[in-house]
Amino acid sequence: MASITIRGVKKNYAKTPVVHGVDLDFASGEFVVILGPSGCGKSTLLRMIAGLEEISDGTIAIDGVVVNKLEPRERGCAMVFQNYALYPHMSVAQNIGYSLKVAGVPSAERAQRIQAVARVLELEHLLDRKPMALSGGQRQRVAMGRAMIREPKVFLFDEPLSNLDAKLRVQMRSEIRKLHRRLSATSVFVTHDQVEAMTLADRLVVMNGGRVEQVGTPAEVYSRPASRFVATFVGAPAMNMLEGTVTLDGLSLLGDSRKLNVSRTGLAVGAKVAVGIRPEAVRMVAPGTAGALAATVDLIEELGAGRVVYVDLDGAPFSIATSETVHPEPGSTVGLQFAEQDLHFFSAETGGRLDVFKASVPEPAL
Amino acid sequence: MVERTPILNFLTHLILFVGFVFCVAPFAIVAIAASHNLKDVNDVPMSLLPGSDFWVNIKTAWTTADLGPKLLNSFIMAFGVAAGKVIISALTAFSIVYFRYPGRMLIFWLIFITLMLPLEVRIVPTYAVVANVLEPYQAIMDLTGLSWLIEKLSGMQVSLSLGLLNSYSGLILPLVATATGTFLYRQFFLTVPDELTEAARMDGAGAMRFFVDILLPLSRNNMAALGTIMFLWAWNQYLWPLLITTDQSHAMAVTELKQLIPNVGGAPEWHIAMAGTLIVMLPPLIVVVLMQRWFVRGLIATEK
Repeated sequence: MASITIRGVKKNYAKTPVVHGVDLDFASGEFVVILGPSGCGKSTLLRMIAGLEEISDGTIAIDGVVVNKLEPRERGCAMVFQNYALYPHMSVAQNIGYSLKVAGVPSAERAQRIQAVARVLELEHLLDRKPMALSGGQRQRVAMGRAMIREPKVFLFDEPLSNLDAKLRVQMRSEIRKLHRRLSATSVFVTHDQVEAMTLADRLVVMNGGRVEQVGTPAEVYSRPASRFVATFVGAPAMNMLEGTVTLDGLSLLGDSRKLNVSRTGLAVGAKVAVGIRPEAVRMVAPGTAGALAATVDLIEELGAGRVVYVDLDGAPFSIATSETVHPEPGSTVGLQFAEQDLHFFSAETGGRLDVFKASVPEPAL
Repeated sequence: MVERTPILNFLTHLILFVGFVFCVAPFAIVAIAASHNLKDVNDVPMSLLPGSDFWVNIKTAWTTADLGPKLLNSFIMAFGVAAGKVIISALTAFSIVYFRYPGRMLIFWLIFITLMLPLEVRIVPTYAVVANVLEPYQAIMDLTGLSWLIEKLSGMQVSLSLGLLNSYSGLILPLVATATGTFLYRQFFLTVPDELTEAARMDGAGAMRFFVDILLPLSRNNMAALGTIMFLWAWNQYLWPLLITTDQSHAMAVTELKQLIPNVGGAPEWHIAMAGTLIVMLPPLIVVVLMQRWFVRGLIATEK
């Protein structure tokens, strides 16, 4: 149990900055997921917390103690690696118990603790095997056991599920969640998979280009994305984005070809904005319905429980997620309708969120 | 592309067989010659049917050249060189691959360049150093006037001397450094995933702990390969042992074989010489047979 305080942390490789000043607070016992595309600096940030990467500027404190100059072993962190990083020449038991061996724990106590961890992870019958003889999911569990046995204050996960197949990933996801509930150690989990992020996180940190874009609960991040990047990155299929200009009675979209009547935007007339709308918030209606945008159907993706309809809106791609059993023919015209409060406005220049309508969820506590 | 047709199969086997004969024929002739008596071995052409005096000749060769202690000497030296090379090159490669310090690559290339300076090239300076290991220090002290100063102050003349001629250390140490070994280890260490190193750091293992607990066990195939090659190489050393062992008690089996070779005017006892050769060939052969499995794995495959 430990809180983590990150203040103005930067990382430069040679002269190239990869993390530009990050400030974050993780509460004790919290499960934080850092989400971002590859190369956004999320792994680097995690490795700086672990002590595997030097901190170029700023401080990281665990439980109020600045750990910048501490060796990984002195920080009380344990880490689960993407490729598991099991020692190939050691048995499962030796892999799990290695940190205790290094720490000089007597072998009787060590064996007992290995047993205890193996019981939790259902690895008892595999203790004598070598990692080579294990399946991906089993290796993953050994890697978690190796982290657990030290009873660390902080658990760090570096994309630990990305090497597993889809089914196993879902299973391990819930196991990690259960494990966290059981151990309630502060956990930081790095991933580029938004489903993983949404399902695991108490709090979500979305990073892009070495900066933190948004911090909030998964629901907050989904319903009130703080920037255009977060809006399009979180949610599948991605949020539709249309460029537009504010007019007297609403918006003109897509180079003035479409008009949209929106009341009380409060934005200056002539301001350039990007308007986002989630595919789930769009309804398909008969073409020609008043207030609906007409679009041509391109493609339909069947998902079983629902389907995604890709349409063409004067050259701009647009998608609609629907659970209705509608089957518009590709090439046919449909009308698109959505509620005003489902629109998200972003500044065309900065990409930042413009608060136009009343907030539908409370302001996220940063 | 692998083609399998009966004709090609036959041809490849034929080529293999010819190669095999070329490799083995000289040894067969040595073994046959070692089984003849004095008269038969000097027949022209020598009979290629084995004679009946094999064990007699072996015994004569063993006693004439006093091979027992010589083989032991050879073994100590070859084992020492092989073990030394395996340890030293593992350590140097560990330092070069896993630590960041200025001049790291320069040091690596300096080690690499020594490949171009085998013992035969630097044999005179090496001999001088082994004759008196402290000679260079003496020279430095003389040059800087330090020994003059000490003599003036204390009245004692400085004369450093530590000779290694006729000793196992003298035989082994100059042969222990190896660029090949360092390079072999370096290439292997580079294939070890960084995550293993990081996992060990997270587990609290320091550098030496990581080296001993993780790297060495992983590189045991490498060690076997390097150890085998170096054992053979050291066993077959001729020039260096010949040069620095004047004392019979430190003579090597390979150099002592010359005692069995008939002198001009002596009886042409080639059967004894061949028998001695067979004996001296045996230990490396045993090492290769025992180590073969590891040896091949170490050279071709990376475990993973």
